[in-house]
Amino acid sequence: MSNDRPGKVRMMQGNQACAEGAIAAGCRFFAGYPITPSSEIAENLSVMLPRLGGKFIQMEDEMAAMGAIIGAALTGQKSLTATSGPGFSLKQETKGYASMAEVPCVIVNVMRGGPSTGMPTLPAQMDVQQARWGAHGDRGVIALTAKSAQETYEQTIRAFNLAERYMTPVILLIDEITGHTTEKVIIPDASDIEIVHRKKPDKDPENYLPYRFTDDCIPTLAPFGTGYRYNVTGLCHNETGFPTNDSNEIQCLIERLTRKIEIYEDDIIRNNELMLEDAEIGVFAYGSVARTAQAAVRICREEGIKAGLLEPTVLWPFPTKAVLAMAQKVRAIVVPELNLGQMAREVSLASQCSVPVHKLGRVDGSPIPPQQLVEKIREVV
Amino acid sequence: MAGEQSASKKPAVITVNTNWCKGCEICVAFCPKDCLEMEGGKCRVARPDDCIKCMLCELRCPDFAITVE
Amino acid sequence: MFDYLQYVRQENFPHIWCAGCGDGIVLKALIRTMDKLGLSQDETVMVSGIGCSSRTPGYVDINTLHTTHGRAIAFATGVKIANPDLNVIVVTGDGDATAIGGNHFIHAARRNIDLTVLLYNNYIYGMTGGQCSPTTPRGANASTAQHGNLEPAFNISGLAIAAGASFVARGDAYHVKKLETLIGKALQKKGFSLVEVVSPCPTAFGRRNKMASPVKMMEQLRDTVVSVEKWEKMTGEERKGRFRTGILRDIEKPEFTAEYAKLIEKMRPEE
Repeated sequence: MSNDRPGKVRMMQGNQACAEGAIAAGCRFFAGYPITPSSEIAENLSVMLPRLGGKFIQMEDEMAAMGAIIGAALTGQKSLTATSGPGFSLKQETKGYASMAEVPCVIVNVMRGGPSTGMPTLPAQMDVQQARWGAHGDRGVIALTAKSAQETYEQTIRAFNLAERYMTPVILLIDEITGHTTEKVIIPDASDIEIVHRKKPDKDPENYLPYRFTDDCIPTLAPFGTGYRYNVTGLCHNETGFPTNDSNEIQCLIERLTRKIEIYEDDIIRNNELMLEDAEIGVFAYGSVARTAQAAVRICREEGIKAGLLEPTVLWPFPTKAVLAMAQKVRAIVVPELNLGQMAREVSLASQCSVPVHKLGRVDGSPIPPQQLVEKIREVV
Repeated sequence: MAGEQSASKKPAVITVNTNWCKGCEICVAFCPKDCLEMEGGKCRVARPDDCIKCMLCELRCPDFAITVE
Repeated sequence: MFDYLQYVRQENFPHIWCAGCGDGIVLKALIRTMDKLGLSQDETVMVSGIGCSSRTPGYVDINTLHTTHGRAIAFATGVKIANPDLNVIVVTGDGDATAIGGNHFIHAARRNIDLTVLLYNNYIYGMTGGQCSPTTPRGANASTAQHGNLEPAFNISGLAIAAGASFVARGDAYHVKKLETLIGKALQKKGFSLVEVVSPCPTAFGRRNKMASPVKMMEQLRDTVVSVEKWEKMTGEERKGRFRTGILRDIEKPEFTAEYAKLIEKMRPEE
């Protein structure tokens, strides 16, 4: 087996890779509620965490799990929950609380088909817009994705790093295919993994303001129990953390919740590209569908069709600049996804309608085979 | 009588923070010695010398507005 | 003289509660008990949900967490498991804990996790304008039960006992010294402990139910509360229209975070 990077080679499911990534990132608290196809994340962590002195708890429902990880995060722990479609819906309100109170935590959604109970054991990508807009109220959102067990491992670590750096909940969206496919994962040496920890207060408790308005827009929340006594609330609050009715303070807070993600977009967004330089047909694909797209682009090239792939690893904030750059080069964009065009809509917006955007949506619980995408590209050509 | 007691037992000092008092009248209604009165919608200490320091007005004041020393 | 000010966030006073609301009375009992037990303000966390009672944390100078409707116990569970050295107090209400948060309430009791839950039972949703709650008495008036409430009420303490709580007590806002004792025992208990505090809401409940004045509501507590000891000797007829206060359950059983600590110890690789 040839490795392009140093580390220990192991075979594992995407869901197990997620658990391994969480541990590597320093996660020592998991709360969840069983749901297919995410349960292996909980099962693995229920074994791993107590061995490391970490805490695992199976809560009574998804809202409880989301609340518990926020509570744990406020004591300074890196905390995680994992779920799937219906559970993700149930977590929305509490996820919005984490955005409002600026509590770092990670939520993994192993996407299955919906709406409602839908297809518990089959893949879909139907929650990508819910990840952005599912909770009520304006706020910036970070959502990552992964197309393999290897990427799930790496993106889980990155999710924790982004959560800690920007003091926000971070969502990792994988799908049933990625979660349940067993494949090679290279686990790097711990010393080769970048780990981010949240800011610590640089002032004594007397002069400490948890939500102090700073140039970096990121608050400093001291862990409970360390002598900094402050208030955390989901109500609109001012720098002190106490509720406010002052219109200026409210405007500042809500704008900051969006701006604190926007101003770091260039640091957060990462894309992979395949043969995009001279492409005439651009493909925009993410998650497990990106693997289909890689194969399809190669087949097209063999056939003489100049196809190229833009593959975002971060769905939110949306990679608007990269999509616009692609739109200015290609004649058309094809967006294959396991939904009826949720991201195709974003691609159209980002490309400013400069090129036709073609949807290829599959919602029957089957993955999109490369041949289906190749046919779509041929049709577009 | 009061003078004689004062050596061992100081008379009560009841303080009402009228900024915090919301005028619920609970302190007035349940004072066993009828020391308190309502005035202008707030509690007023009318007869402090009668106070036996049972503390019930302080304990039952929802507004953190009464202290008894 | 007891100095409440060292425990409160004076800048947030006067508080938002209506005149004669029991919530301030209960908070003061809690503060005196914390003081008596010497609870460290730095190492105590208060978690609440949504409603009048849930505004309590904003007034107490400790680590405070005001969460979403019904979920206080879930957040508190995360705090306690992540750092079992912290004292975790949940302040909640009848609607918050037994309607929208009912699932968390019973499961925390079943788990017997070391939380102290102060549940202010005022029979109504006060903050949102007097809608009926799971404890609104049958026949009582509420803004969503203007023809009289058709539903029977929850017995909250009974629910906690049935679910497995190790300490359950009921107190009320009139009998403040007794309330202090009950809160003290609950705070000292290693396990899930509930103090259900019957607390008057003159504004949203009283005005709709012929008890418009705070004094009248307190008188009603004075006249209807019976100690558990006395209750045992009363006939069914005598108990009518009254309720008992005191310790309703106090047992020893394994506590979740202690059991978890044992698990970690067992998993520790041998040197």
